[in-house]
Amino acid sequence: MSAVMITRKVRKWEKLPGKNTFCCDGRVMMARQKGVFYLTLFLIVGTCSLFFAFECPYLAVHLSPAIPVFAALLFLFVIAMLLRTSFSDPGVLPRALPEEATFIEMEIEAANGNVPAGQRPPPRIRNVQINNQIVKLKYCYTCKIFRPPRASHCSICDNCVDRFDHHCPWVGNCVGKRNYRYFYMFTLSLSLLTIYIFTFDIVHVVMRSVDNGFLNTLKETPGTVLEVLVCFFTLWSVVGLTGFHTYLISLNQTTNEDIKGSWSGKNRVQNPYSHKNIFKNCCEVLCGPAFPSVLDRRGLMQEDSPASSTSAAPSSSSSSNPMSQTMKTTAPLIPNEHTPDDAKPSIAASAEKSDSPKEEDPPTPQVPPLASPETEADASLAKDKAQ
Amino acid sequence: AINIPKTTTLCYKRLLFHNLQELRHSASLANKVFIQRDYSEGTTCRFQTKFPSELESRIERTLFEDTVKTLNNYYAEAEKIGGQSYLEGCLACTTAYLIFLCMETRYEKVLKKIAKYIQEQNEKIFAPRGLLVTDPIERGMRVIEISIYEDRGSSGSSSGSSSVSGSTAR
Repeated sequence: MSAVMITRKVRKWEKLPGKNTFCCDGRVMMARQKGVFYLTLFLIVGTCSLFFAFECPYLAVHLSPAIPVFAALLFLFVIAMLLRTSFSDPGVLPRALPEEATFIEMEIEAANGNVPAGQRPPPRIRNVQINNQIVKLKYCYTCKIFRPPRASHCSICDNCVDRFDHHCPWVGNCVGKRNYRYFYMFTLSLSLLTIYIFTFDIVHVVMRSVDNGFLNTLKETPGTVLEVLVCFFTLWSVVGLTGFHTYLISLNQTTNEDIKGSWSGKNRVQNPYSHKNIFKNCCEVLCGPAFPSVLDRRGLMQEDSPASSTSAAPSSSSSSNPMSQTMKTTAPLIPNEHTPDDAKPSIAASAEKSDSPKEEDPPTPQVPPLASPETEADASLAKDKAQ
Repeated sequence: AINIPKTTTLCYKRLLFHNLQELRHSASLANKVFIQRDYSEGTTCRFQTKFPSELESRIERTLFEDTVKTLNNYYAEAEKIGGQSYLEGCLACTTAYLIFLCMETRYEKVLKKIAKYIQEQNEKIFAPRGLLVTDPIERGMRVIEISIYEDRGSSGSSSGSSSVSGSTAR
């Protein structure tokens, strides 16, 4: 083996496929394009700052001090919901590891039988019956899995997302099973905030104009004009969006299904997930259990550098991948984008020498989680080997 | 994200190591079976209880079915929509969901129970039969992965012809 292997511990998020960006060492997960998200943040914070600067002093004195207090609480709630929606995992389904992908391929081939040469194999679809409705599960060629019902592949983030609603550039993330309720609370509270600021802007202008005249008022509080403008346009879009999502929630549908017309009623196709009761549907979507993330972003795994001997799929063990250590001497190294060019010829040479399939048994036992030298169990294993 | 505490992982590894000790010189990963999700009752997490043919010679059907049924019950408990989940949801909403930063959700509590259950089952039932069950959460809750280990002496060429890759073995 001519390549020198340096193993180092990395967090699993560093090795996750897909086009997400991660911050705070894996705690924050967003899409790549964040420009519109910054705009959203700027608009909300900017408009509220103007409101607190120009309107609130006057209204607190002339009407009630509760007005700015309530505005502040509402503003904080909106920001909390926005950040929660943007920063959380929407319900990304991890891609299939090689063994699982192979197993599924074998099942597909067994189901298709013998396809005559020259003919295209049938599309990869599985039919399941849910609530007396046949639902088709499609195969995702990127993630190599059959997508669960209601999951969809987001091309912007390059991930399959469970209960995929839509990819929202305003929050800079996909909206899926895990963050849909936060997204809805964000649009709802933003609608309320917009209406609130708009109303009190008008009240403020009216009250001040009575004393000073309309033009003087505008000169004294120029921020008001800007706020009213922003609120006016936001009102139509956000309130409309909230209304639309309220409608979807009452029917237990996703935006994706609505756009595709999955349950539009033609061919007597009905939504099998709906409880046929508006209250129950709302409760399920908004007050259902908080699903955990199945992407272990902050787990640790071993990475061998400069040459990795495995594919890009993350290892499963939380602290070690012993196979990569034991396989150092036997597995052919697969050149990938991380391999420096000078190591590639040596890799090719060693690939020719050791042509064995990857599960050739190394002298150490292949008990998966144990062979890391980092744990006590493994130290005793090493001791036993030495005996 | 879910982080199984290091002590649990350590105990799991230690027990597993002791149980597979007699195979340690000859155990090799022969095959993996993937128990798929059962979507007949909707999108709630449920696994198929159909007994795979690869396990026919390794474990009794009833033991396997009991394990899967217990796991299904755990997941149903976690995803149950009722009084407690409403309370949790409404309470969390009033705190702008900040309470989730310090409190463990019901689902996370059940996941810990599941991890413990799988560890026990591996130790008591599966490891003595040369099998290893992987927690579904490590596979995105898509499959229950069961690894089958063979005695090297008896497997002969069968493990070499198996198409599974051993590079990410679990």
